[in-house]
Parts: sequence; structure tokens; C-alpha cells
Amino acid sequence: MKLVAVTSCPTGIAHTYMAAESLEQAAKAAGHTITVETQGAGGADPVPADVIAAADAVIFAADVEVRGRERFIGKALVTAPVKRAINAGPELIEEAVHAAEAGSPEAAATPAAAPHSATARPAGAHRDVLAGLTTKVDKDAHFGTRLRQWLMTGVSYMIPFVAAGGILIAISFIWGGPQVASKVFGGTFHGHTYHPVITGIESFDVSAVLHAAGYAGLLFLIGKVAFFMLVPVLSGFIAYAMADRMGLVPGFVAGLIATATGAGFLGGLIGGLLAGTAVLAVKRVRVPRAFAGIMPVVVIPLLSTAFVGVIMAVVVARPVAAATTAMTNWLHGLSGANAAVLGLLLGAMMAFDLGGPVNKVAYTFGLAGLASGNTKVMAAVMVAGMTPPIALALACVVRKRLFTPAERTAGEAAWLLGLSFITEGAIPFAAADPLRVIPSMMAGSAAAGALSMAFGVTSLAPHGGIWVIGLIGRPLLYLVAIAAGVVVSAVCVIVLKSLRRTEPAEPTGTRADATNATSEPVAVGA
Amino acid sequence: MTNSIITPELVDLDLDAADRRSATRELALRLVKQGRVTELDGFLADVRKREEQMPTGIEGGIGIPHARSAFVTQPTLAFARSEAGVDFGAPDGPAHLIFLIAAPDGGDSEHMTILAALARRLVHASFREALAAAPDAKAVVDVVTKEVLGQ
Repeated sequence: MKLVAVTSCPTGIAHTYMAAESLEQAAKAAGHTITVETQGAGGADPVPADVIAAADAVIFAADVEVRGRERFIGKALVTAPVKRAINAGPELIEEAVHAAEAGSPEAAATPAAAPHSATARPAGAHRDVLAGLTTKVDKDAHFGTRLRQWLMTGVSYMIPFVAAGGILIAISFIWGGPQVASKVFGGTFHGHTYHPVITGIESFDVSAVLHAAGYAGLLFLIGKVAFFMLVPVLSGFIAYAMADRMGLVPGFVAGLIATATGAGFLGGLIGGLLAGTAVLAVKRVRVPRAFAGIMPVVVIPLLSTAFVGVIMAVVVARPVAAATTAMTNWLHGLSGANAAVLGLLLGAMMAFDLGGPVNKVAYTFGLAGLASGNTKVMAAVMVAGMTPPIALALACVVRKRLFTPAERTAGEAAWLLGLSFITEGAIPFAAADPLRVIPSMMAGSAAAGALSMAFGVTSLAPHGGIWVIGLIGRPLLYLVAIAAGVVVSAVCVIVLKSLRRTEPAEPTGTRADATNATSEPVAVGA
Repeated sequence: MTNSIITPELVDLDLDAADRRSATRELALRLVKQGRVTELDGFLADVRKREEQMPTGIEGGIGIPHARSAFVTQPTLAFARSEAGVDFGAPDGPAHLIFLIAAPDGGDSEHMTILAALARRLVHASFREALAAAPDAKAVVDVVTKEVLGQ
């Protein structure tokens, strides 16, 4: 049996390693293989993602929070205090083997590692795939893959900020009316001119805000503060994905410089990558022993931050700020046919890989729009992402015989997934019959995206599908765009599948995929 | 020689201490004398803080008080044998082998690797037995050096 374990303790110099050794000895004695990640003071050497994927069970022998525990989601899990691993290693190994065989409450194998476990609990398997997309950085992968993983790590840490900030701002608008923004920051709304209460979120007088705009104004301001963090968090965690904790300081600083200079998202992306690179470069320098102790705390953050800060401010900021402004103006100026073309393109991207990297690029574009105040792009991306699962669910109902029993089960769940903007609900269908399903889905999503842009539908929420309809501008047209996309996709997929002569057989892999869709994937992205 | 994590001066083969506090203190005094700890009370406070989080005794008669502390100049192991045993909170009774591990705050990974290797050896019965049977301080140092550093 293949096991992985994480050991950690408060000081990180003794128990962490004793537990690791004890587990390794016990596993060896019992004829299992084990890979242990020691999260100690010497820094952790992470277990490679493929080893985790192949593992049957996971042991957390930890007295402090396990870092990166999302990497292990969906695995049969045994947790214990670190001392138990030292005192009773064999017992713990036995429990892990037991958990793997029984399928613990959280447990499931990945579909690739154990096709036979499809009947057990594939719920976690699906989550595993999702978690992998957003946080895993595979050190052996190609540069292109790693670059995407770095960026996705940054994006996945940023999304909750978008959600919290966006929804707070939306609530403040619903509560205090759309003039809340003008009441706080000053400006003219419907002929009424307001004096600015504050000039920026760096310093504000709470009582003045409350006096001018009430608690709705305060919520608006809090939402703005969360938004202010977007680019620094993005940039900081890109650098974190590249260079671990030491990347955070130059990453955050670079992101703040990007925000302050108007270089925005694009500047943050570049800043994060620069920061990660700088830390990795400084780490390579061999230093005299005397300095070794202060390297991670003083020297590396100091040098990398100074370097990245200067590069950002002097080289990157101005051209990127200009490009960002141009793009923002372009997006704001888009209307009619041009806007529809953008919606068409983003919609097709959303359905191209149904939750994969192309989908994430389109989704990130929507987030970037939202953060820079363009809520139309977000709405177009959302309708395009909701369409595929709903269309397939509809097709299953209309033309039952075109789908395998497993697909029909997946179809029942796909209603809810689609309505919740979880595009991955379409994956079981696409996996079984990609050549017919994916083009059909792209057609419908492109139509939905184009219509949404043409209608000028807006969304203040970055996620949530039908459940955030209260935050949608022009909600009826929003529903129209979704319905139109659903009809296009459903008709396309029915026609394409009907053209096929052979009876649908049940391919072996489908059942696992289909049941995946009935699970409850985490909503990290579209 | 002074760079190694343990020297004969850091070994006490006949420790006489009533409880874990005085046992730790005895060993820490040796660290101070060797210039590896700059301030006794500060270091002991750090060790005590760790000990209060969770007793460091483990089964098989082992106690491993330890700390990362700003008062430590280099990663060091001090070792003591106690005939009577000192309670370190292990479920199966007092510790007869006591390892005081001192790590500098923010130590670099090369040093930490040595301490990690030491910690890994501690769970091996052969290592413990060799230490329990060592005839003198020099032998203890040899066992540790050989097992931990592979020299």
C-alpha cells in the first residue's frame, strides 16, 4: 500500500523528525511504502503531487496546522498527535491501511489510481482534481505548466477577496442605493453633487462616513478595502507559489506598487513573477556562515524587495499602467457589436475545457473586469459558465435514449451544478464524447456570452450563478441569455448525437466520471 | 571539534536531578560553560515554554527538552543519563536518557538538517541502547557523531 504522511510540531526540530522516522520504520516493517513530508524548522520538502495522487491514505501526525492540507483533500485520512506517531508508529500505519480499505468518511481514491473504487465515494476525487488546479505547483512540470500553476495559485487566493469585497459593495448598493459610492467618494449622481467624505481608503474618518452615507456607506468602504487587497494578494501568492514564504514580502510590495501606480492586475502578475524570481535568485547566492541565520528573515526579503520595487516603479509601472488604462477604456467603451464579440469569445473559452486552464483565463478576465469596475464582463463569463451543465441536463430529459444511464444520472445533478455556475458539471459528458459535446457547449456558451454583453447585463458577484441574481443588473435579460445559450447547446448536442448511428454503449470509465458530478465540488472558480 | 553538535563536556553520565526543571538546568549550565548558550535564564524560559505546550517525554525512557532560542549560538545536543530517572511526562514512566536539544533562532537549514538527523536516530532502539551502554563521555560523543553524521 502507498502512504503519505505529514509530520509537524511546535518547535520543528525534534518531534517532527522523530515521528517521520518512526512512521517510515513502521511502514517498512509492515511492507508498505511511505513518503513523509517533515514540516519542521528546516523548511518542508513537499511531497510531489503525483505521489499524493497515487497514495492510498494520508497520515497527519501534527500538533500544529498542516501546511497545504488542501493538497490531500479526498484522501483517506488518519490524524494523530505527533507523539503518537513516535510512540505507536505501527498502530498508526495500521489505522491508515484500514482507512484506505474502508474508505474513511472523507475518503476516496483518484479515478486514475483506483477505477474500482467508483462505487465507494468518488466525491473527494472530483474535489481533488479541482484543488489540484488551483494550488498545486508541480516542480517537475514544464515551464509553461508551472507558470500556469503559479498564476492559478495567486488567482485562487484572490478569489475570496473578490467575493467578499464584491458582495459587500453589492449589498451596500442594494441597501443604500447606487448613490452610496458618490456619497462616500464624492461625485455627481442624478444631478445631485456630493462632497467627498474621504479621498482614499488609506485613511478615513468612520464617523464622517457614517454621517454621510450610513452603514451602507461603511459596508461599501469595507468592500473597497477588500478590493484594494486584490492585486497585492494576487502578486504575493504568485511569488509564494514560486519561492515559498520568502516570496510573500516582495510579492505583496510589488502588488501594492502596481495598485498605487495604476498598473493594476497586469502589473500585479508581472510583479508577482518578478518577486518569485528575485527570491529564487537571491537564495542561490552562497553566503558566509555568519549570515546564514539572518538570510530568510532579513537579507532575502530586503534584497528581493528592493530589487523588485525599483524594477516595478521604474520599468514596469508606466507602460503597464498605460496598457491597463487603454484596456479598461476599451472595455468601458465597448458596446453593441464589439461587446458582443468579446462576449462570444469569452463564452467559447468558458466552454472550451469546462473548468480547465482556458476556462480559468476567461474567468480571470471576468474577475479583472469586476475589480476594475466593469461588471459586464463578469456577467458574460458567468452566464457562459452556467450554460453547459444546464444544456446537458435538458438534453438528457428531452432525448433520453441518446445518453447512457450513467450520463442520465449525471444529468440530474447537472441542473444544480449549472445553476450554481459550476461548469465542471458538464465534464462527465465531455469526457465520454468530447468531439460532439465540446463544440456544442462552446456554441451555446458563446451565444449566452454574446447576448449578455449585448444586453448590458452586469454582475457584482464573482460567483454564485442563479443564487446571486439579486446582485445582477437586468436580471430578466440575464435569464434570457442563459436560456438562449442552453437551447443552442442542447439542440446542438442532440443533433450531433443523433447523427451517430451506433447505440450508446456504456464505456467503463463513464460511471466514475458520472458519479463525480453528483458530488459537491468546491466552488473555486467557474 | 568545537563545530560538532556534541562534545564530551556536554555529556553527563550520572545526572542527579529531582525533576525535569533541574535536569534541564544542569544540562543547560554545561551549554553556558561551553559558550553555546549566552544567557541561562532566557534559554531555560524558552525550553520551559516548549515543555508547557506538551511534555517532551516519549516512551522507552526518553526525555527530549528542546527549544529554538535567541540565546543559542550553535545547534547543540547535551546528553545525560539518569539512574533514578527524571519524569518528562511520558506515559510509561520516567526518562533515563535525556537529550537537551538547543537550536539557534532562525537557524539555517544546514544546521537544522543535523538536528533532524539526530531526532530521527532517537527513535531507533539501537541508538538508545548504544548510548545507554556507552562507558564514558567520549564514547557517547562517538556514538552520536557516527550515527548522526555518518562519520
